[in-house]
Amino acid sequence: MDIHEYQAKELLAGFGVAIPRGGVAYSPEQAVYRATEIGGTRWAVKAQIHSGARGKAGGIKVCTSEDEVRQAAKGLLGKRLVTHQTGPDGRVVHRLYVEAAVPIERELYIGFVLDRKSERVMIVAHPQGGMEIEEISQTAPDTIIRAVVEPAVGMTPFQAREIAFALGLDAALVGRGATTLLGCYRAFRDLDATMVEINPLVLTKDSQLLALDAKMTFDDNALFRRPNVSELRDYAEEDPRESQASEYGISYVALDGEIGCIVNGAGLAMATMDLIQHAGSSPANFLDVGGGASPEKVTNAFRLVLADPKVKAILVNIFAGINRCDWVAQGVVQAVRELRPPMPLVVRLAGTNVEEGRRILNESGLQLTTADTLTEAAERVVTALKAAGRKAGNGKA
Amino acid sequence: MSILLDDKTRIIIQGFTGDKGTFHGREMLAYGTNLVGGVTPGKGGTRHLDRPVFNTVKEAVRATGAEASLIFVPAAFCADSIMEAADAGIRLVVAITDGIPAQDMMMVKRYLFRYARDKKTMLVGPNCAGIISPGKAMLGIMPGHIYAKGTVGLVTRSGTLGYEAASQMKALGIGVSTSVGIGGDPINGSSFVDVLRLFEEDPQTEAVMMIGEIGGPQEAEAARFFRENGRKPVIGYVAGLSAPKGRRMGHAGAIIRAFGESAAEKVEIMREAGITVAASPAELGSTVASVLKSSPKRVAVPT
Repeated sequence: MDIHEYQAKELLAGFGVAIPRGGVAYSPEQAVYRATEIGGTRWAVKAQIHSGARGKAGGIKVCTSEDEVRQAAKGLLGKRLVTHQTGPDGRVVHRLYVEAAVPIERELYIGFVLDRKSERVMIVAHPQGGMEIEEISQTAPDTIIRAVVEPAVGMTPFQAREIAFALGLDAALVGRGATTLLGCYRAFRDLDATMVEINPLVLTKDSQLLALDAKMTFDDNALFRRPNVSELRDYAEEDPRESQASEYGISYVALDGEIGCIVNGAGLAMATMDLIQHAGSSPANFLDVGGGASPEKVTNAFRLVLADPKVKAILVNIFAGINRCDWVAQGVVQAVRELRPPMPLVVRLAGTNVEEGRRILNESGLQLTTADTLTEAAERVVTALKAAGRKAGNGKA
Repeated sequence: MSILLDDKTRIIIQGFTGDKGTFHGREMLAYGTNLVGGVTPGKGGTRHLDRPVFNTVKEAVRATGAEASLIFVPAAFCADSIMEAADAGIRLVVAITDGIPAQDMMMVKRYLFRYARDKKTMLVGPNCAGIISPGKAMLGIMPGHIYAKGTVGLVTRSGTLGYEAASQMKALGIGVSTSVGIGGDPINGSSFVDVLRLFEEDPQTEAVMMIGEIGGPQEAEAARFFRENGRKPVIGYVAGLSAPKGRRMGHAGAIIRAFGESAAEKVEIMREAGITVAASPAELGSTVASVLKSSPKRVAVPT
């Protein structure tokens, strides 16, 4: 789960990370009020969406009067921002963060991430923060500072000092740098994060070390024990079908294709998508119903797939281990009777109780195609899709 | 022979008396597995599925000589159950549970390092389908009837894609020596390399099918292991070629990302190492068959 910049900053401030004065705003009036509350003569009005690279996309405005703050807020609220991290659809701005603009001497980068290779928390840092950090990691990988945390001990003060010195901080500021690094690590550990990033961490002209931007991502599997984190979830940042899916207990990712997929198991779901592509069509979604696919869950999976207007055919592919084919078949029958999908449907069942499952489908009298193997399933759904396309074409002519 | 598991392996289930423990315990017994008891704290002294129930893993090991454990304990408590099994001297722990927090797994893996190499517990999973040595024993949740007994080792991240491979192979008369599901979580117990090494040493296994997916370094590491140590043919597949680049936050992930984490890069690395990679998930069985045909020994064993 991702959170907004202002939420990450509030959390990190609680762990001893210094941040500029600021406050959240939902309207131009609130933005102006925040600016007066903060004081001073320069403010940054920042669009709050779950993405980096907001500055380049025009999502950050530096203002020197209250009127400018109002105008900036008016311009940003409701605007759709597209960055290279949001995908082509971008994100609509619903919240702003107004912050004191500080005079910057130097920009640094620090990040904390779960490294799958060492299976530990890895710290990455660079004396040159800002937008180009990914490029630097490609062109000059040796200049990236790295450290791995021993999980039984946690990040040590000496590691923090080593990184602070390597970032080129003055001796007088190394203590402050180490506190910032250790604070980020404690936030990572205590809140079950999977990513903490401060980019840039700035050294101001008056020798303060401040987190100018902050991002945090959390482990969805640990939200059950982090109620103060899970309450920060912003549904407006999520694809509505993906939020709906997570309520049903189904993993769903919307894609661009035309064949809706209902599959059990993430690996088989991806393989089914690959197969559809291999057969010359494209998947409309990734969908994993998971274990324990009750008839209700299968019906809900159909609801999700049918909510996508691009879907022109549906492929159900279930290899039952924990699941039982007869249950899944009942779910398919229930879903088709209730939702009456207007497009071709191909169902492939295999595994536990497969004969019973096939019998339920065959005796239902419903319009659907069955398949025994993956090859058959892919061929039949692509053929059905093409036939349906021809029919629609003839109808128009 | 098979790896890790045979009909003599003494097995307990942690989370024995719950719905999943009961359902799969019954299936395992029906398959002929040597299930000797189970653990549910507070239900010690009772019997379940005609087997003794214990309060702690230590008691279960003392009374039954259990060597392997299958865990169905809910995600919030699962890390603790894995460590309890390791501390009681269980040699092989298979965790079926999905949704364990990543930091819990980090702690578990660190904990397993406490033991000397010869006493170290091998953890398989979490979030996996378990292990089956066809015709001998089942330590997991797979439908046992889809596996034929044979000489191809199977190691997969995804459970259901492993079923797909086994059933395609069976349809072509190809059997499995042992199938190991290592699970799809970012931090898991045993890697592809850990399992490939065991298959290399197993005289009954003549070839290995390895099924990976996008994300993580394990497929690339397995390809390197195969190039340097592999004597038996390996057939591969990687799911996720059609998966789009995910949305993401920040740069940290991109900075530590290594070559070999996308499906296409994994396929490239595996092919370069000499692994035969199936072109589509519908060709898992036929690719194994063609590799076996070109290798000198006959591999299929009648069931």
